[in-house]
Amino acid sequence: MGQVSPRAALRLPLDAARVARLRAGDQVALTGPVLGARDAAHQRMRDLLAAGKPLPFEIAGETIYYVGPSPAQPGQVIGSAGPTSSYRMDAFTPELLALGLRGMIGKGRRSRDVTRAIQSHQAVYFGAVGGAGALLARRIRKQEPVAWDDLGAEAVVRLWLKAFPAVVINDVYGGDLYDNVMGADGAGAVDE
Amino acid sequence: MREVSVTRLSAAIRDAVILANTVMTPDIQRRLEEAQNQETGPVARAVIADLLENAAIAQAEHIPMCQDTGLVVVYLTFGQDVHWVDGEVEAAINDGIRQGYREGYLRFSVVADPLRRVNTRDNTPAIVHYRLTPGEGVHVDILPKGFGAENRSRLAMLKPSDGQAGAEQFILESVRVAGPQACPPFIVGVGIGGDFERVAELAKEALLEPLDTPNPDPYLADMESRLTDAINAMGIGPQGFGGRTTLLGLRIKVGATHIAGLPVAVNMSCHSTRHLAFDL
Repeated sequence: MGQVSPRAALRLPLDAARVARLRAGDQVALTGPVLGARDAAHQRMRDLLAAGKPLPFEIAGETIYYVGPSPAQPGQVIGSAGPTSSYRMDAFTPELLALGLRGMIGKGRRSRDVTRAIQSHQAVYFGAVGGAGALLARRIRKQEPVAWDDLGAEAVVRLWLKAFPAVVINDVYGGDLYDNVMGADGAGAVDE
Repeated sequence: MREVSVTRLSAAIRDAVILANTVMTPDIQRRLEEAQNQETGPVARAVIADLLENAAIAQAEHIPMCQDTGLVVVYLTFGQDVHWVDGEVEAAINDGIRQGYREGYLRFSVVADPLRRVNTRDNTPAIVHYRLTPGEGVHVDILPKGFGAENRSRLAMLKPSDGQAGAEQFILESVRVAGPQACPPFIVGVGIGGDFERVAELAKEALLEPLDTPNPDPYLADMESRLTDAINAMGIGPQGFGGRTTLLGLRIKVGATHIAGLPVAVNMSCHSTRHLAFDL
């Protein structure tokens, strides 16, 4: 039987130097602030940007966690909080990377437009374990509202991670863990 | 004739949605433990260890295993000699879901309209299937279905000449294109036969079957076994990070169809497939 491999500690927020040290397949433990946002919040970001209006939060240097947590019970920081499928955010992502978005945490493949933009903007995409929402909730130490409370589970929130387990999927060198495992046009390819 | 109060149905559904979302079914738990012993790669082992730990935390702390606590599918099977009293059956089912999702701190994941997308804020309405049987019994299956996997499901209207080989090819291709975003290791429900609508129902009903009970039809059991080996040989592995465990279970359900047709549906589901059955 093999060993469970150690996860390298990685501090957030990310910068170009930290991102450059990461390679597809690296297991990391993330500590620091991220923005939680998913489908509806991305649609609103796009609508504001298309109208030439500012976002109610800064994107440059941020890491976005694609998450729509279940409600926190009294005394809990957050409910179950695993990653949602990232490909649904692909249509919005190159624009956010151009604004300086540095990292993303989710699950599953990204489009080629996104993986190319990850490379050209020196960013990184991490995979977290889908369906491990109870475990991952323990690695979230604080939650605060940021914007669009009316979206309920889809509102934008500030989350502080502590040793949050993740795997590097797409790195700045064009590396792609899913390609390594399954081939470039292999399982789950999202380009139609 | 037997009178059954819909308030009993409502209360049982309230409890069932909470339990289904917070406690892993024993058959999935056993499959994950077996997989843990079979995997050799460190990443695959780490993922399975995380999933088992996740299930333990969820159960101990009464929080959902997965934040996607699903759109609830209810199968209400009842005897034709049952007389429902004290209200409307479907309203009672939705009342139970409303209470369970609020009291259990489960996520509201339902929008009232697919294009205008306003959240109903109580996770209703459920999708309800009614089935009549002889007698006075009441049996309920609930399947709160997450959409990470549901979105990767597929349906094809094949030709009779495509045969078993064509059906198997479509099933394997569907699992392959589902990929890491459908949260492997998977549980796959396959429907073959019926019509356009019935084949999808068969595929979903296949997800209700326990993983450790073999298919009673030896022809289908053999097909399931070969498909299982072929899927695990794809190397997708837990979460698509590579490994031997791409599938925890695959079940085929078949139904009578038209002389011109061979419908096949593949309903993808994940390692956190939530199913609970009870009698009233």
